[in-house]
Amino acid sequence: MDKFRMMFQFLQSNQESFMNGICGIMALASAQMYTSFEFNCPCMPEYNYTYGIGLLTIPPIWFFMLGFVMNNNVSVLAEEWKRPTGKRKKDPTILRYMFCSITQRSLIAPAVWVSVTLMDGKSFLCAFSINLDLEKITGNYSLFRGMSEAERVRLLARIPCKDLFDQQEIRVAASRYIKCFSQACGWMFLLMMTLTAFLIRAIRPCFTQAAFLKTKYWSHYIDIERKMFDDTCKEHAKSFAKVCIQQYFEGISGEIRSFHGHRSSKYDSDDEDEDKRKSDEEKLLGIRAQDDMNKVLWNWHTCKPALALRKDEIDGENNGQLNGVANGAANGFVKGHTPEVEKREWAVYYSKV
Amino acid sequence: MERLKLVLQYFQSNSESISNVICVILALVSVKLYTSFDFNCPCLPQYNKLYSLGVMIVPPIILFFLGVLVNRHTGIMMDEWMRPVGHRTKNPAAVKYLFSAMLQRALLAPMVWILVTLLDGKIFICAFSLTVDPTLFSGLPNNTGLDVIKIMAKVPCKEDVIFRNSSFPKAVSRYVRCYSQAIGWSTLLFLIVLGAVGRLVKPCIDDHGTFLQTRYWSNYLDVEQKLFDETCVLHARDFARKCVVQFFEDMREDAVIRLPYPALITNTKDEWEDEEEERLHGISKQEQMDRLLNKWYYSKPELDVTRIAHRPRTCVTWEDRDGKPLFSDV
Repeated sequence: MDKFRMMFQFLQSNQESFMNGICGIMALASAQMYTSFEFNCPCMPEYNYTYGIGLLTIPPIWFFMLGFVMNNNVSVLAEEWKRPTGKRKKDPTILRYMFCSITQRSLIAPAVWVSVTLMDGKSFLCAFSINLDLEKITGNYSLFRGMSEAERVRLLARIPCKDLFDQQEIRVAASRYIKCFSQACGWMFLLMMTLTAFLIRAIRPCFTQAAFLKTKYWSHYIDIERKMFDDTCKEHAKSFAKVCIQQYFEGISGEIRSFHGHRSSKYDSDDEDEDKRKSDEEKLLGIRAQDDMNKVLWNWHTCKPALALRKDEIDGENNGQLNGVANGAANGFVKGHTPEVEKREWAVYYSKV
Repeated sequence: MERLKLVLQYFQSNSESISNVICVILALVSVKLYTSFDFNCPCLPQYNKLYSLGVMIVPPIILFFLGVLVNRHTGIMMDEWMRPVGHRTKNPAAVKYLFSAMLQRALLAPMVWILVTLLDGKIFICAFSLTVDPTLFSGLPNNTGLDVIKIMAKVPCKEDVIFRNSSFPKAVSRYVRCYSQAIGWSTLLFLIVLGAVGRLVKPCIDDHGTFLQTRYWSNYLDVEQKLFDETCVLHARDFARKCVVQFFEDMREDAVIRLPYPALITNTKDEWEDEEEERLHGISKQEQMDRLLNKWYYSKPELDVTRIAHRPRTCVTWEDRDGKPLFSDV
C-alpha cells in the first residue's frame, strides 16, 4: 500500500508524466480492444464497405473524444477561454499551447487503433473485396464465366468470410493481396505521423523558443493557481466550519469558553494530568448537561447558525491585552490598532538600527 | 522502496544513462514489433520485391525518427545551436558532440530491426525467390500452366495449392535464407568491428583534453536546462500561492493587524487558534465568501504579488541607556 502511495505521489507531482501515463494506458487499451473485438464482416455487397471503413474510422473518433474527457486540462482551457478579462489580460498563445498539447496527447490512442487495424488487414479486406480484379490476381480467367454482374459482385463480397466462400486458394490469394495493400497503407500512415511529430518537436525550437518558454510557464502557472485556489478554499472551509461550530456550541450553552485554560487551578497536580483535564474540559465546549446537548442536536437541524463568524470574541481580548502591555513595555515603538479602524490600512513598523 | 528510490535518483541525475536506457527500450520495442508483425508476402511477381523492401526500409526510418524524438539531447542541441549569442559564446564542439551522441543512439533501433529481418530471412525469401535459378532444385511443379516466374513468386507462400506434396518451396526458402543469414551476420560483424576500431583509434585522433571539456559542457547544458525547468515549476507554485492568499486578504473588510508580540507579553492564545485565524484570511461571512468566489471568476487578480512578497514586518529594537542598539527582533 505504501509503495502504491509513493508511486502515485511521484506520478501526481509531475503532472506531465501523469498525463503521459494516462496516454500510454489508453494506447494499450486501444490495442487490446482491437484484439479482443470479434471482427464480423457482413459479406454482403451493400454493407461491406460501410462496416469495414466504419470500423476503421469510428473507434478512433471515440478514443479521441475519450482522451479529451480524461484530460484535466480541458476544463482549465475552457475556463481560461471563457473568463471575463477583468484585471488580468488574456493571452491567446497560452490557449493555443494548451489546446495543442491536449490534442497531441489525445491523438495517440486513435493512431494506435488505426495502425493496428491497417496492419491486421481485415477491415480493408471487408471493405474492398468487391473491387478486386480476381482474374488478374489469380491468373484464372474462367472464374466468372456465365455469371451476371450482380452474381459476380455477390461472390466477391463473400471473400472475407471463410465459411461462405468455397474456393480456398482464390480466397487466400485475394486476402493476401488486399492485406499487403492494407499493411503498406499502415506503414505509410505511421511514417507520416512520425514525420509530423518530428517536424513539430525537433524543428520548432528553430523558430519560437523564447515565446515557447513563456507560454509553457504561464500555462503551467494557470494550472497550479487553480489547484492552489482549491486547496486554499478547502483549508478556509475547514477553519470556517470549525469556528462556526464552536461558536454555535457556545451560543447554545451560553457559556464563553475560556481560551486560555484554567491557570488558577485548585489542584497542584503535575502538568500532564492538568493538560489532559484541560483538554477534556475544552472538548466539552461548555456543554455539560443532557438538556443542553439535546438542544444542540435539535437546533442543528431545525435552526442552523448563520454563516457569519463573530470576530469580537476571537480578537477583542488579545488586542486589549496587546494595547495595554505593548505600549508600556516596548517604549512606544509598537503601535497598536483597534478593530474599528477603516479598511486596508497598512501599519509600517521600523526599527532603529 | 529505498533502493528503488536510490536507483531512480541515480538515473535521473545522470542523463546519459537515461538516454541509454531509453535507447535499449526502443531496440526491444523494435524486436517486439517485428515478432508481432504479421508478414504477408503477396506472392505476385510485380509486388514481392516492393513489399519486402518496403517492410525492410520503412520501419527503420520510423524507428530512427522516434529515437531522435524521445532523446532529450535533441532539444538541448537544437537550443544551443539556434540560440542568439547574448552574453554567452556558443560552443560548437558541444553541439557536434551532442549531435553525434544523439545519432548513435537513434541508429540502434533501426539497426536492430534490419539485423532481425536479415537473420529471420522471411523478407529476403519474399524479395529474392524470383531471382533463384529453379534448375538447382528438383520438384518444380510443371503441370500448373503457370510460367516459371509466377511459380517462383509463389515460393514464399508454402501453403499454396500448387506446392502440395512438394518439397520445392522449402528447398528454395532454405537456400535464400542461408544467404540472408550470412548477410545478417556479416553486417553485425562489420558494425562491431567498426565500433571497436572507432573506439581504439579515437584517442589517437582526438585530443583527450578537449574531449573531456566538450563532454563536461554538454552535460552542463543538460543539467542547466533541467534545473531551470525545476526552478520555474517551484516558482510558479510559490507565485500561485501568494497570488491566491493576496486575493483572499484583499477581500477582507476589517483591518486587524496581527502582531507577533515579543516575549514580554505572555502567550495567552492557543496555537490552533492562531492557525485557524491565519487560514481564514479574514473571510468570515457567507456573503464575503460568495463575493470572493464570484470575483475569482469574473475578475481574476492581476499577476503581481509584490505587496505580499515584500510585506513590511515588525521589528523591535532594544537599546541600552545611551541609545546604542543592542538587539533587533523580527
